[in-house]
Amino acid sequence: MKILVCISHVPDTTSKINFTEGDSKFDTNGVNFVINPNDEFGLTRAMWFKEKQGASVDVVNVGGAETEPTLRKALAIGADNAIRVDTPATDGFQVAKQLAKVAKEGEYDLIIAGRESIDYNGGMVPGMLAALLDANFINTCISLEVEGDKATAIREIDGGKETLTASLPLVIGGQKGLVEESDLKIPNMRGIMQARKKPLNVVAAEEVSTQTEAVKFKKPAPKGDVKLVDPENLDELIDLLHNEAKAI
Amino acid sequence: MSVLVYTETEDGKFKKAAFEVASYAKEVAGGDDVVAVSFNAADASELGQYGVSKVLNIQNDKLSKFNAEAYADALKQAAEKEGSKIVVVSQSANSKYLAPLLAVHLNAGYASNVMAAPESTDPFTVKRSAFTNKAFNFTKITTDVKIVGLSQNAFGLKENQGDATLEDFSPELKKGDFSVNVESVDKAKDKVTIADAEIVVSGGRGLKGPENWGMIEEMAEILGAATACSKPVSDMGWRPHSEHVGQTGKPVASNLYIAVGISGAIQHLAGINAAKTKVVINNDPEAPFFKAADYGVVGDAFEIVPKLNEKLKEFKAKNA
Ligand SMILES: Cc1cc2nc3c(=O)[nH]c(=O)nc-3n(C[C@H](O)[C@H](O)[C@H](O)COP(=O)(O)OP(=O)(O)OC[C@H]3O[C@@H](n4cnc5c(N)ncnc54)[C@H](O)[C@@H]3O)c2cc1C
Repeated sequence: MKILVCISHVPDTTSKINFTEGDSKFDTNGVNFVINPNDEFGLTRAMWFKEKQGASVDVVNVGGAETEPTLRKALAIGADNAIRVDTPATDGFQVAKQLAKVAKEGEYDLIIAGRESIDYNGGMVPGMLAALLDANFINTCISLEVEGDKATAIREIDGGKETLTASLPLVIGGQKGLVEESDLKIPNMRGIMQARKKPLNVVAAEEVSTQTEAVKFKKPAPKGDVKLVDPENLDELIDLLHNEAKAI
Repeated sequence: MSVLVYTETEDGKFKKAAFEVASYAKEVAGGDDVVAVSFNAADASELGQYGVSKVLNIQNDKLSKFNAEAYADALKQAAEKEGSKIVVVSQSANSKYLAPLLAVHLNAGYASNVMAAPESTDPFTVKRSAFTNKAFNFTKITTDVKIVGLSQNAFGLKENQGDATLEDFSPELKKGDFSVNVESVDKAKDKVTIADAEIVVSGGRGLKGPENWGMIEEMAEILGAATACSKPVSDMGWRPHSEHVGQTGKPVASNLYIAVGISGAIQHLAGINAAKTKVVINNDPEAPFFKAADYGVVGDAFEIVPKLNEKLKEFKAKNA
């Protein structure tokens, strides 16, 4: 089985979020970038397929040279090859188009992406990629098994879950549950050394027009101070929630 | 021109999100028509109350279970038939599943997590949440056909007394529409989901163990709320993974969020910031949650919650 894991390069979850250039660009100053958590669960599941069932695992990112340390980390975790499509990621559609080209050329059986990236939270790329490839698609995937060319997946739905089957080629939008948190791999020294020698191919981007454009960012207005209620006077809390917040 | 909306049903009944996307579409449409697409709705005429003038009413047993590709195909055919330039969907798990497929089929630009009515319609610019609620992103959609993914509770319901005409609609479904097969659905009945809930009651590691969740469930029952938890609580198996909220869990956009024994780590707050009113109960006055909350009680949850539950019961009895 040939697996492609799409890796988004995102600010780690503790990052301070600021903007520059007249609030039009995310300020990367002092920000530490990591593999998007949703993608990391998928990558770890891909490694499981490689070890247990035999599979090759390539990782791909659409982005500038600054994303290469993130791809190297994926190689250190155990991916075989990395591909970087050399263009800034501008919108979900543009990224999906670039990925579709890589996916077509590589004739992958299974493409694992994350349900959403934790920076822009678009949640568009996996589904658009599947539609562009005319491949099957399963979103918010929390379990995935593959037997021959048939996949069985569990998808999280609002208030429960659903079991689905589909034949390969398949694209999934993955998340926590694909593997347990405790199964996530931290690259060891040997992995890091090997990763330096593994291929990281930089490919030219296709000419793609975007469909959306981020024009401006804004931070939410600072919140007022918390109103503290005496634990001996919980009637006040109920009164505030009812009359002031109109929440109950 | 018309604005098309995907109005979701559950067992034939419209979800609140269906009325919300209809309300939103009415605002965006100005004087134009709002056309809804409904799948196996028991009484599609209800949508008239929220500004829908026509319902493309699909009654088809093959579509009794949600199927993203088949539903996206039906919506595509509806948008083309109506010549709709704007399609509005909610941000439920199902809508988030089908919207990117629909976007490619319609060659439409799609903006997800939209928080308000458009900033402007020409250019078409919408306000979206980004960086897990730590910022807003104003996005211009530049394509001819546009898809708006409206966040839950972001716009609210607007009644708009009117009559909706029902039109039978039978989209042509292809074999490929069902190539992902739904084998089984496992869903708690009669339980409010985090996505649909007006109120969410959530517990953290401060509750010490799964055996102490009775009082959380009791509060949820009194308030008709959904239950949720912090990440370590689900990691330790005290509560199911489906209750994990936060940056790497489910987002919360309810009217009220009550956090008990949760410290308020940045990753937790990121996922619940969209809740309108936040209450924290924690015995550590230095807990970061107090900086994010609207109301707080400093003290032992094991004393406060049972007392609060009694008072909430009295309140509910009086205000029923
Ligand atoms: C990459 C990454 C992603 C993450 N994603 C998420 C996420 O999506 N969601 C999430 O929740 N976390 C997430 N986390 C974890 C997060 O950083 C915190 O560790 C977690 O939210 C803490 O959970 P908690 O508040 O339940 O526990 P703690 O931090 O242990 O807090 C327990 C609180 O309970 C209080 N307490 C103790 N006893 C009592 C009592 N008797 N009465 C009242 N209060 C009491 C304490 O004062 C304390 O404030 C993530 C972390 C990382 C690194």
